[in-house]
Amino acid sequence: MIASPPDQKPHLVVIGNGMAGCRAVEEILARETGKFRITIFGAEPRVNYNRIMLSPVLAGEKSFEDIIINGPEWYTENGIALISGDPVVGIDRAAKIVTAKSGKTVSYNKLLIATGSDPFIIPVPGKDLPGVVTFRDLDDVDKMLAAAGLGGNAVVIGGGLLGLEAAHGLALRGMQVTVLHLMPTLMERQLDEAAGWLLKSELERRGQKILTGADTAEIIGMKKVEAVRLKDGTEIPADIVVMAVGIRPSTRLAKEAGLAVGRGIQVDDHMVTSDADVLAVGECVEHQGQVYGLVAPLWEMCRSLADGLTGTKNPYTGSVTSTKLKVSGIDVFSAGDFSGGDGCEDIVLRDATRGIYKRVIVKDDKILGAVLYGDTADGNWYFDLLKKGEDISDIRDALIFGQAFASGGGATANPIDAVAALPDDAEICGCNGVSKGKVMACIAGGAHTLDAVRSTCKASASCGSCTGLVENLLQFALGDEFAGERDAKPMCKCTSFTHEDVRAAILEKSLKEIPAVMQALSWSTPDGCSSCRPALNYYLLCAWPAEHKEDPQSRFVNERMHANIQKDGTYSVVPRMWGGVTTPNELRAIADAADKYGARMVKVTGGQRLDLFGIKKEDLPSIWADLNAAGMVSGHAYGKALRTVKTCVGSEWCRFGTQDSTGLGILLEQMTWGSWMPHKFKIAVSGCPRNCAEATIKDFGVICVDSGYELLVGGNGGIHLRGTDLLCKVATEEEALEYCGAFIQLYREEARYLDRTAPWIERVGLDYVKAKVVEDEEGRKALYGRFLHAQKHLQKDPWAERAAGKEAHLHQHIAEIRPFAVVGAN
Amino acid sequence: MVTADWLDIGPVDQLPALGARTLPVQGGDEIAIFRTANGSVYALVNKCPHKQGPLSQGIVHDTTVTCPLHNWRISLVSGEALGDDVGCVPTIPVKIDGGRILISRKEALQGMA
Repeated sequence: MIASPPDQKPHLVVIGNGMAGCRAVEEILARETGKFRITIFGAEPRVNYNRIMLSPVLAGEKSFEDIIINGPEWYTENGIALISGDPVVGIDRAAKIVTAKSGKTVSYNKLLIATGSDPFIIPVPGKDLPGVVTFRDLDDVDKMLAAAGLGGNAVVIGGGLLGLEAAHGLALRGMQVTVLHLMPTLMERQLDEAAGWLLKSELERRGQKILTGADTAEIIGMKKVEAVRLKDGTEIPADIVVMAVGIRPSTRLAKEAGLAVGRGIQVDDHMVTSDADVLAVGECVEHQGQVYGLVAPLWEMCRSLADGLTGTKNPYTGSVTSTKLKVSGIDVFSAGDFSGGDGCEDIVLRDATRGIYKRVIVKDDKILGAVLYGDTADGNWYFDLLKKGEDISDIRDALIFGQAFASGGGATANPIDAVAALPDDAEICGCNGVSKGKVMACIAGGAHTLDAVRSTCKASASCGSCTGLVENLLQFALGDEFAGERDAKPMCKCTSFTHEDVRAAILEKSLKEIPAVMQALSWSTPDGCSSCRPALNYYLLCAWPAEHKEDPQSRFVNERMHANIQKDGTYSVVPRMWGGVTTPNELRAIADAADKYGARMVKVTGGQRLDLFGIKKEDLPSIWADLNAAGMVSGHAYGKALRTVKTCVGSEWCRFGTQDSTGLGILLEQMTWGSWMPHKFKIAVSGCPRNCAEATIKDFGVICVDSGYELLVGGNGGIHLRGTDLLCKVATEEEALEYCGAFIQLYREEARYLDRTAPWIERVGLDYVKAKVVEDEEGRKALYGRFLHAQKHLQKDPWAERAAGKEAHLHQHIAEIRPFAVVGAN
Repeated sequence: MVTADWLDIGPVDQLPALGARTLPVQGGDEIAIFRTANGSVYALVNKCPHKQGPLSQGIVHDTTVTCPLHNWRISLVSGEALGDDVGCVPTIPVKIDGGRILISRKEALQGMA
């Protein structure tokens, strides 16, 4: 042990001239000046600055001078020796000496490690090329500014807080910016899907290219970076690549010195490491298993450290953190836990016109977390309630409207009283310019339901974000008489809109993704439910056939797996047999597949095809590959889609046959296969009125007669048997195809998801369908045209795509546990 | 960090958001590992308490999965059936460390004969 000379104060040596190291020194000085002689080592050749403000420096909103926390005079005034630009490379705890890169050694009585964190570099080829930079210190900013001065393309790897701030800065400096993010949602650690989607849309609107689910394979370049290649083969040109995928506590020095290190340097509640004379603070430490990468915990740690060193007990108990994105004009706030769970309740407010999303997560009358987008004014208020664990039961109803509203006292805390207090000329519905006075007059005039108000004065009839206000006004005017009843049933519990409202909005507002619909129509849940997600996926697919991007997680299991799940969890596989016609070769391939994959039963279906039962999900891609090889494709026997076209043998063989029903059936199946519908859709063609193909209980049936073809619609077997209605009679096969396509398209565009044709026709009436498909020739041709256009994009064999490796994870286990061994983890 | 108590079963990016993957246990009950919209990970025995449907194939929303066989809604947090249905499926502690999914060995092996 080296004791300090009696005439000299103990020597405190700080490794790290960053925010944590200097703040700790400030806190110590504030408690007791002159207790220590202080030396600070800094790796960067400059004074102490505010690292979190590097983003505004990059963006050109601030200069380096603006973000200096402590200038040279602070060091002199406090007698602090600053050794900058000379990083410490070794600690000798036995001799109590630290050694710097220059060879300089300094002895200490107390050592404080505040080395912060290091940027994480993803280990891909090309990561060391000139032009690949991180975003950690002023040197990095200078490198980015130098590159930005030349213009060109910047690729930022990482769509978290740091990456997006770097991207924003580079975009403002005039570069074409592409952000690559591995996860499906930007800032997924701070934001939920809905807020992440809003953020992505806004950044895209500003001209940045955002690629989510983007897995970097390689950084390409001869002498310097030229491009980034993704695992899917996409290449993005790049003059500079910023790695901002994350940070890791910088623990190398501590580890080499033999201190206890987990994910960070392990410290107690007063920031003391496993060596009583060595302390550590900031992003490099691990406290009770937690490491922090944000600034707020650091202030709290520094207070406990300084109190501990100056003899006061003030244990650090960990931090609850909140995040704000520093991108000008975009307000994002996140705090606490928003993962939900039992007993958690979401309070969601969406305002599509103002681009606002607010979600507060409440459990047992306390706030657990908050995610705010677009209006973050109340972020700190929620965060404060969260940290204090305050009981919010009294202000719960008004909580989501913010502090001003909720804390307005007893009267206004109740939303009914709040609308009562509004003046008559207060605008309720911004879309249609309807004031409170007009809504009240309309209610007084007899509009006693939301639908009645919508149809009489148009309030909440457009975007719907004022639905809640209108309902509150109804409640205020009618009291208990208002039970919230609707004429038309809303789509599901996540929304007050009907299926028809939602479909109309998708077209009107050009909504193309599920989160876009949920935001525009003020969904009350963050990510929908198992009822609305598949419906929305279908509505989007139907509205935008060319652009639609499938969301496999919004498909029911059978459509996600392209096979029918059975009660034991295995699947059944049905290859398509066009018009129910097969060949010896196809039958041999089916028999071989049944043997090879252990099908426990082979069954002839009601739709004239063969069903192989008991196939394991892991085997699906290979059985499909085998069936593809014999020329067969998916029969969509599992989908809300065109199923099968059943035929009889018709005029080619049958003595009663009037037309080639088999041939027409094959033509119909070739035209309609692959089409997704609101529900399953079956077709049959019978060669004569004896109707052996049972065309009168199909969604679309054809009965051949001598003079042509009778077209039948709206039949089904099932629980409620319904025979078809006669749509019309046509003379040629071409007409039969055109009417069939037009009818299907009308059904696709207008029926509610999970409505079969029978209940749909009962609801809209056969006359309506005839008017659209039979009487209006132009309309029919337009419907038929839209159907054929959609088919261009839908007629892809999903089995071939899966057999080629698409969505392989759906068919594989993530790993396997054998007793005392794990196999297959990659 | 793989210890005797936690088994590393792979990187978290192998789990699709709002989706699930399966983890067979030789001689025991298959486990389903779920990921919610905001990235939280949960594990349940892959059997609906109703008719043993594979929960891994259901639709995940919030912290709930809807069974693909008969639409029972099961809490990913507690394994309890929600709404009017009654039943419960065992949960298995699972956590993420350094981008890897770790599952508790004890509960994972509990279903073994």
